[in-house]
Amino acid sequence: MRIAVCVKHVPEGASRLDPGSKLLDRSGEGALNRFDANAVEAALQIKGDSDTEVVALSLGPQKAIDSLRKALAMGADRAILVSDEAAAGSDLVATSRVIAAALEREQPDLVLFGQQASDADGAVLWAAVAERLGRPVVSQAMELSVDAGSLRVKRQTEYGYDTIEAPLPAVVAVSDAINEPRYPSLKGIMGAKKKQQDVLSLADLGVDAGEAGESGSRTTVLALADPPSRGDARKIEGDGNAAQAIVDFLAEKRLL
Amino acid sequence: MSTLVFLEHRGDELQKGSLGVLSKAVSLGDGDVAGVIAGEGAKALASEAGKFGAAKVWVCEDEEVAQPLPQPRVDVLARVVADGGYDTVLFANSVLAADVASGLAARLGAGLNWDLVDVEVQDGELVGKRPALQDTVYADVGWSGAPRLALFRAGSFDAAAGAGGEPEVVEVSADYAAHSTGARLVGQDSEQSSGPSIEDAEIVVAGGRGLGGPENFTLAEELARTLGGAVGATRAVVDAGWYPYSAQIGQTGKTVSPKLYVALGISGAIQHKVGMQSSNVIVSINKDANAPIFEFSDLGVVGDVHEIVPKLTELIRARKG
Ligand SMILES: Cc1cc2nc3c(=O)[nH]c(=O)nc-3n(C[C@H](O)[C@H](O)[C@H](O)COP(=O)(O)OP(=O)(O)OC[C@H]3O[C@@H](n4cnc5c(N)ncnc54)[C@H](O)[C@@H]3O)c2cc1C
Ligand SMILES: Nc1ncnc2c1ncn2[C@@H]1O[C@H](COP(=O)(O)O)[C@@H](O)[C@H]1O
Repeated sequence: MRIAVCVKHVPEGASRLDPGSKLLDRSGEGALNRFDANAVEAALQIKGDSDTEVVALSLGPQKAIDSLRKALAMGADRAILVSDEAAAGSDLVATSRVIAAALEREQPDLVLFGQQASDADGAVLWAAVAERLGRPVVSQAMELSVDAGSLRVKRQTEYGYDTIEAPLPAVVAVSDAINEPRYPSLKGIMGAKKKQQDVLSLADLGVDAGEAGESGSRTTVLALADPPSRGDARKIEGDGNAAQAIVDFLAEKRLL
Repeated sequence: MSTLVFLEHRGDELQKGSLGVLSKAVSLGDGDVAGVIAGEGAKALASEAGKFGAAKVWVCEDEEVAQPLPQPRVDVLARVVADGGYDTVLFANSVLAADVASGLAARLGAGLNWDLVDVEVQDGELVGKRPALQDTVYADVGWSGAPRLALFRAGSFDAAAGAGGEPEVVEVSADYAAHSTGARLVGQDSEQSSGPSIEDAEIVVAGGRGLGGPENFTLAEELARTLGGAVGATRAVVDAGWYPYSAQIGQTGKTVSPKLYVALGISGAIQHKVGMQSSNVIVSINKDANAPIFEFSDLGVVGDVHEIVPKLTELIRARKG
């Protein structure tokens, strides 16, 4: 069996816009989207010690290779980075097109996604990719088991818990409650360097440059503004007397 | 503009959020607004949608949409968009609606803007309002081409009945793609709330994964007891089995607006925020100075809940005598 895991390289810490350029400040180190570590872990647990191959896939800038290496260090077998200037600025339609094209080449039995990208908070990409691949999709999986050509998911909705079954090949997005991702071991980190890492362009995938990036996108950002002011919000840090500070604050607000 | 609103329902009730989006679409006053209801009991709900201003309601009761799963609904919406010639399709975010919207975007090659909190017509163009990057910036977003798809953040609009009358009802059926009917619902567990409702509590102390384990919820419970409040939780800890579903606050859980909300070890994901952001005063304790929760806390304390909370409970107890 082959499992593909879609992972995103996101800015580390709190993502901020550069106040001058109004562009996402990507100067800092990036990291593997933490919700995608749950997807990698889920793949590794399904793999166990079977001969299932786990392939990590990312669309992003060259430095997204760091996040793929983290997935390899955790135990993924192989990595694919789709990196192309012409794919920068892709919205959902364009991103799903490129990722689906990369997945078509791999023909995985199962495609896993994380719960959301911490910089985009879309929590939508899987359904668009599944539609393009023509496969069943199940999202918000808090439990996932796979056997004999089908999968079973338990997930939470607004109305309680649902159990859903689907035949493979299929697409599943896991929730952050599904597992505790493992930390890469030193051996894993060393071994990751030797694992196969392919960097592909849009041309390699047979995707026309006009179909990706801004020209392939159907949404636009028109203007950016500051959020509404939050009044006199306060933050305290490194205060050994934090508990007292909270009590004083609550008293001031007449909440005690 | 010709607008279609995806109206989600469960049993004999239309989901409030989608009625809110319908009301908003009607209030734009730019062309007719239709609704689409897919699933068992759809026909019976059409006139209810009319009360909220839908001039036309497409209903589909095909066997394929009997279960609350997204993919067959993509087939239905694609058919309705084609037959009705809609240039705008609006969704209220939910576990189901998000997957329908995203699937439809791919099917139609259409633009989807998500997490919108408002929408307006500027010079004849639709403009969406989207808080981004943990709500640290507000973006005006647009679409190129049609149809334009929009997914609104939970709770963005109030539903306003009384605007309309009896709608035109059109029964619709779709051709279902093979992959659309692959997933099947095999079990359902409706959770009934137990204990006092957190929605009515004046003070809510909520715990997240930062508490470190189910046993540490006693920290939240004792603080809540001392303050005279109720205990809430994030989805992460509810799904991990640390605390009951009925205590979950957020997009998929309850919406609360107490006088005081205390967040313990909660990162402050958007999906949690939408359930508690209208609290009067928000105090949060988190050991990560970069945690998004600090962006919307009135008092943010960078520190360890295990050190601070027991002291805090003790101080308040002493003060209350
Ligand atoms: C469709 C959808 C619907 C969702 N619905 C909901 C919903 O209804 N409600 C909801 O809550 N979430 C919901 N979520 C999930 C949401 O996105 C987050 O994953 C979730 O809220 C995270 O929970 P958390 O804050 O407990 O955990 P985490 O995000 O893991 O945060 C834990 C925090 O604790 C801090 N911490 C760790 N140790 C300590 C310590 N000792 N002292 C102090 N702080 C500490 C960490 O710094 C971290 O910030 C939904 C997601 C999706 C995709
Ligand atoms: N650029 C990307 N490359 C690979 N996977 C991605 C990318 N962006 C998002 N994903 C996957 O899609 C999930 C949901 O992302 P989003 O819908 O953008 O919030 C993430 O958790 C990842 O699994």
